[in-house]
Amino acid sequence: MSQLDRLRGVFRASLSLPADTDVDGLHYRAIPQWDSLAHMALVAAMEDEFAIMIDTDEMIDMSSFAKAAELLEKHGADAVT
Amino acid sequence: MPTPSPDRRVALVTGSTLGIGRAVAVRLARTGHEVVVHGRDRERAAKAAAEVAAETGGHTDTVHGDVADPAAVSAMMREVHRRHGRLDALVINAGGHAASLLGMMHSDVVSRLFHVNALGATHTLQAAVKLLRRGTDPAVVLVSSVMGRKGAPGQAVYSATKAAVLGLTLAAAKELGPQGIRVNAVAPGYIQTDMLSTLDDRARAETIAATPLGRLGTAGDVAAAAAFLLSADACFITGQVIGVDGGLVL
Ligand SMILES: NC(=O)c1ccc[n+]([C@@H]2O[C@H](COP(=O)([O-])OP(=O)(O)OC[C@H]3O[C@@H](n4cnc5c(N)ncnc54)[C@H](OP(=O)(O)O)[C@@H]3O)[C@@H](O)[C@H]2O)c1
Repeated sequence: MSQLDRLRGVFRASLSLPADTDVDGLHYRAIPQWDSLAHMALVAAMEDEFAIMIDTDEMIDMSSFAKAAELLEKHGADAVT
Repeated sequence: MPTPSPDRRVALVTGSTLGIGRAVAVRLARTGHEVVVHGRDRERAAKAAAEVAAETGGHTDTVHGDVADPAAVSAMMREVHRRHGRLDALVINAGGHAASLLGMMHSDVVSRLFHVNALGATHTLQAAVKLLRRGTDPAVVLVSSVMGRKGAPGQAVYSATKAAVLGLTLAAAKELGPQGIRVNAVAPGYIQTDMLSTLDDRARAETIAATPLGRLGTAGDVAAAAAFLLSADACFITGQVIGVDGGLVL
């Protein structure tokens, strides 16, 4: 599975979204499931999945799925494809 | 991700190269913790960690960085994450002191005290929360001061920074309690460490006279209280401030 697919999986699991939800265009607080508590759980799940640690400032700036993918790349979690 | 060692609790003690933090590190290393020793300088921290390990026969590790610098604090926590994957105990102790009458303290000194004591504690707790969530029965102790509760002439700025630590403790206890993370504070009185080296003989005698238990405190006195608050014996205690001051606060 590609990194991006794994990230999609993390988003769906953390935000309790159905398996077929398209998360690529998702933005923070755009859906009720992605609130501030879920945001922290989502970040923790990303950290576990990709064995990285995300800073407080990075966590606050992670305002969309696209930003999350950028963050993974920045942390060197292999090429996000 | 490292495999957590099931038998040892992972504890980070900030400002543990000497003084109160060092005594806390020794106490925790003796009671089954793997202690991450911390100070500003890498070599000093590594030396202290080696000494704590030799003295206790326990396991230690090291991180370093100025707690006033949020980027340095993030880097420290990333190291803890990389090596240990979690925190079971956190002691936010790193701090500095300066005394001066109001109107006499240079603004640089005011800023530095707030940056190290108040902002440093805040950066540390913020950056550690995710590691604590991965811990077992995680607990935090913040080191405030009797000055943060009571104040004294010449101590206004220091007192304000330590009162900030108490506000942080109380709010964090409420916020993190539902996640199983306990947060308490100790408020030491006059403790014999390098920080007290400016106290002359007269001031020392006056302080002892004002202390119902009739002596200055030791770093070990504070370490005992912190170790209790971190232990399973304190499992229903959160949001509390324990004075370790010989009754000075009364
Ligand atoms: N002693 C007292 O009477 C007393 C009373 C009430 C409260 N307290 C509080 O207890 C705590 C410890 O005091 P202490 O008496 O043990 O002081 P200390 O002997 O001067 O030790 C201070 C420790 O903090 C570290 N530190 C200082 N500034 C730092 C910074 N910017 N970033 C990272 N680490 C830093 C030092 O490490 P390096 O020098 O190696 O960097 C050292 O390990 C402080 O928060 C203090 O306010 C002390």
